[in-house]
Amino acid sequence: MKYDSVSELCRIAEEEKVRISELVLKDQAVQMEKSEEEIKGTMRTMLKAMRASTKEGIEPGKRSSSGLSGGDAYKMQQAVEEGRTICGPVLGKALTKALSASETNACMGRVVAAPTAGSCGILPAVLMTVGEEWELDDEQLVMALFTASAVGMVIANKASISGAEGGCQAECGSASAMAAAALVELNGGTPAMVGHACAISLKSVLGLVCDPVAGLVEVPCIKRNAMGAANAFVAAELALAGIESRIPVDEVIHAMKTIGDCMLPALKETAEGGLAATPTAKKYMKQIFG
Amino acid sequence: MLGVFDIIGPVMIGPSSSHTAGAVRIGKYARSILGEKPIRAWIGFVGSFAKTYRGHGTDKAIIAGILGMDADDGRIRDSLDVAAAGGLSYTFETIEMEGMHPNTVSLELEGGSGRTVNVIGSSVGGGNILINRINGAEVLISGKSTALIIIHLDIPGMIGKVSNVLGDNGININKISLNREEKGGIAIMTIEIDGDIEPAIQQIIQSIPNVLSASILNAV
Ligand code: SF4
Repeated sequence: MKYDSVSELCRIAEEEKVRISELVLKDQAVQMEKSEEEIKGTMRTMLKAMRASTKEGIEPGKRSSSGLSGGDAYKMQQAVEEGRTICGPVLGKALTKALSASETNACMGRVVAAPTAGSCGILPAVLMTVGEEWELDDEQLVMALFTASAVGMVIANKASISGAEGGCQAECGSASAMAAAALVELNGGTPAMVGHACAISLKSVLGLVCDPVAGLVEVPCIKRNAMGAANAFVAAELALAGIESRIPVDEVIHAMKTIGDCMLPALKETAEGGLAATPTAKKYMKQIFG
Repeated sequence: MLGVFDIIGPVMIGPSSSHTAGAVRIGKYARSILGEKPIRAWIGFVGSFAKTYRGHGTDKAIIAGILGMDADDGRIRDSLDVAAAGGLSYTFETIEMEGMHPNTVSLELEGGSGRTVNVIGSSVGGGNILINRINGAEVLISGKSTALIIIHLDIPGMIGKVSNVLGDNGININKISLNREEKGGIAIMTIEIDGDIEPAIQQIIQSIPNVLSASILNAV
């Protein structure tokens, strides 16, 4: 398979009456010249490291080297445990985990790029949360990672998954689309619904620029991971309810590419525009780097 | 052609592959060139590394590499404490250097035997590195294939002797370069090979007359 179209993946899966994950696993085994078990084993390692990252960051005194971030995953967890959330424990837990993985990244902890380090919180947060809530076993979560990666490969092939190339829509946006796809499949949605969930999640973040304060992967990155997880739930809920994206997913991905191409360099990871150019960001920059 | 593990993975230490993984690898490379446990390290950050190393934790990453840690080692963020406990003293400076990649660092390591080595390397993105200079001699090592670094006296016939050893052991050379500061002085031979190399071969090369040191640098 060439991974140049999400619709095509959905079509083949529907035709062969299999899940997207099964299709991708089989194809990757052929391409990597390895057994399916071996590939699943490597994916299991990724899943374990992801799970650890969604826990490691939950610590009240956590601080990054720059001092800009840390401790927010703990605050979110407190709110969930004390029943102070608006949307209930599922979203609250996902937000906690997304913040945890991203804070772990900012604090030099171990994370799994998914698809990048900057967006490492979104997919793990969503998967681990529904894994716990729906009592799924790791086998199911591992399979969902194949569906998520297929979406990521298409985006990487047809647009970009790097903030420096396509803005944050390409990093947190892609991660969100990957997570939405995984959610729909885990919930028993059809491959077509997977496609719609990807389209809906991406449409909501089109145009998002990459503007990290002081060039550090902390502000706004960490909170954007929380947003990316929430966005994945929104898109999956809509798609599972049978709501369709009016614009087909591959056209959305193409739109993301053209928008990324139009973005000024100041808005693509150079820390020269957007939030990075605000007076407060400049003040932080001075504090950190002198 | 992309595969699933280009999208999910690698398992890595944050916050960014060029500031963490790349820096760890340069440090580790320098340590293996020294070939023994370092007890002192002078670290000079150049360019954008000089401006941003604190916020990105590049200082910790470099020290971690010098201590021999890998790029996904969970102890990287505590490396300064590990160094203090393990008897490695270090200093950080920011230095100027013309025409270098923005993320460059110059390392001077001293081992327990008094031996020193100077290594200049750049973190060129995505965790990839380039070693630019060893003891003043220009090299270009990507760390993508196994490399042999041989420091020897600049006398005729050295390349032949070394490549005979490799040939006799069925090792294929894919790149070789030789640099020296002055004629008849110390020369540095860099050989990149296909596949792996047995540690025993290093011993054989090391025992060639006029070879001062030979180190195997595994792909990183
Ligand atoms: S703002 Fe830039 S650095 Fe931060 S997560 Fe988004 S793409 Fe990555």
